[in-house]
Amino acid sequence: MHIPDGYLSPSTCVVMTVSAAPFWIVAIRKLRNALNARMVPLISLVSAFCFVVMMFNLPLPGGTTGHAVGMGIAAIMLGPWVAIIAISIALLLQALLFGDGGITAYGANCFNMAIVGSLAAYATYRLISWKESLESPRRIIAAALAGYVAINLSALCAAVELGIQPALFHDASGSPLFAPYPLSISVPAMLAGHLSFAGVAELIISGGLVAYFQRADISLLQVSAPGARDASLPTSSIALRPLWIGLAVLMLLTPLGLLAVGEAWGEWDAQAFSNPEARQTIAAASGHVQPPARIPEGLEKLSAIWTAPFPDYAPTFLKSKNLGYILSAMFGGGILIAIGLVISRFLNLAERGLTASARDSI
Amino acid sequence: MTRKSANKSGPGFLERTVYGISRAIDYAEVSEDHSNSNGLLQALDPRVKMFGLFSWLLVAVCSKRIAITLVLLAVGVFLGVLSRIPIRRMFFHAWLPTLLFTGIMALPALFLTPGIPLIEMGGFHLTVQGSATVLRLVTRTGVAVTLCMLLVSTTSWPRILAALRYFHIPSEIVVMLGMSQRYIHLLLRLAKEQFEARRCRVVGQLSGREHRKIATASAGVLLHHSLDLSGEVFLAMQSRGFRGRVRTVDEFRMGRMDWIAASIFALIAGLSFYGGWS
Repeated sequence: MHIPDGYLSPSTCVVMTVSAAPFWIVAIRKLRNALNARMVPLISLVSAFCFVVMMFNLPLPGGTTGHAVGMGIAAIMLGPWVAIIAISIALLLQALLFGDGGITAYGANCFNMAIVGSLAAYATYRLISWKESLESPRRIIAAALAGYVAINLSALCAAVELGIQPALFHDASGSPLFAPYPLSISVPAMLAGHLSFAGVAELIISGGLVAYFQRADISLLQVSAPGARDASLPTSSIALRPLWIGLAVLMLLTPLGLLAVGEAWGEWDAQAFSNPEARQTIAAASGHVQPPARIPEGLEKLSAIWTAPFPDYAPTFLKSKNLGYILSAMFGGGILIAIGLVISRFLNLAERGLTASARDSI
Repeated sequence: MTRKSANKSGPGFLERTVYGISRAIDYAEVSEDHSNSNGLLQALDPRVKMFGLFSWLLVAVCSKRIAITLVLLAVGVFLGVLSRIPIRRMFFHAWLPTLLFTGIMALPALFLTPGIPLIEMGGFHLTVQGSATVLRLVTRTGVAVTLCMLLVSTTSWPRILAALRYFHIPSEIVVMLGMSQRYIHLLLRLAKEQFEARRCRVVGQLSGREHRKIATASAGVLLHHSLDLSGEVFLAMQSRGFRGRVRTVDEFRMGRMDWIAASIFALIAGLSFYGGWS
């Protein structure tokens, strides 16, 4: 994924460097605003770590090997902005000292790995881990997926940058001046390797390291977990209270549906086709196209299969329409909550299984 | 995991990792040795080298003509020889990796690039345009890696950093670059020791899963160690008076030789740009 010199046109390199510049400026400003001198050695050492971890060839399932970039774990440990600087520094050292990635392509490599990678990893991690406690197994899965998503998005960016070259830059005879493969080749070729090998390496390293720090020094995971709940507190009653209140209010408001006049288009019952008044309504709602003279055969047959217990949200044993709506909402909501609880039970069992294997891998 | 799959997942994974890390350490140490020897480029002001070699690199990347790229490569090799960098080192550290990586990556382009057929091989046509594309890509990447190697091999890292300050790179970044480079060496040694210690305690074949366990656990320990070390480094910096403001000591002075070299660099860059772009 490290694009060498000569693969991208000078104009692409300029565009990519200009695109990366605002992110670098914001990151440096945030660093200066934090006025935390402690950050200087911290970023330096995490850069050095990212550099060294790229040399670890991880044996992957299937007998091959791959190496991680460390962008996922850097974003999780340091936050996205500091990770942007740390990975940019690691990339500059790689380009200068070991010729891994080009000098002219430095802006593009930083955009792909340091910027897109860090931001994608951080967003994925926060989205999946949400406010789970630092000890939660979900954080391991979140970190693993963050690494996987980040490296694949970075690879996609690199593939697009390489893939647009032959269309934009070629000589009079048609031979490409820079990277030779179009998007139809560069995108699948790049993503095949990253979805299957490099992505798995990043997934193992990111998930494995979060599992390691959950056991070794959990405080180091706090940077990317603002508002994480304390594992010692019961979670459901506190976090779900606003949702329960919201649901109750919505249920009480369901009779507002009675204010609407007419019938929803396409929701007519079979009898409506033989009722002259209902036929007029259907025709008026359908651009004055008359409905079929007879009830469609299939509709007639299928509509008899199932009779709803509360037709039109109005249980037969209740006279009040409003009460019928509220009762229907409670009944429907209750069934959905029950289904949700069953699914979450299954997911929790699966999550425990995955976490056990991730923990087992360190 | 079966023995077969264990073998497939990499017997000698520990050895390979240790070997890779050792090579990186050796490469960095040899570069440091070359930067202290008496050669042509070593005698020049690092700002001149940085300006000159990077301007050639830019010209090589912009060049549409393979001949111009080859001329820049030849001049780069000649400069390397005058700076006492063995051709063997240039071959193994610059050209061979370029050929292996870029060459293999670009190989299908010989046949996939549409154009005038040159040779038919197994039903596929090797085209003139495809050959030009591959040759251009390989030579351009080779020049870039060679020029970069010339700079790093003939200039000590602190002088490169000091030169970067002249090109208005923020001082925080320059300091972090310096510290990162220093700690890369330390972390490389730590990682090597970790893997060597582990290798000494391994008997028989390990499965792929066990290899992954070792790699992730080693990465975890290394990161933990890095973070602990950053705290110690910060305390050491504070004890020496660091209060968050970064100052660098720059003591460059351009001599007559530097001005002549800068003019030659600029002249070659200008002529190559004219020849390669027009």
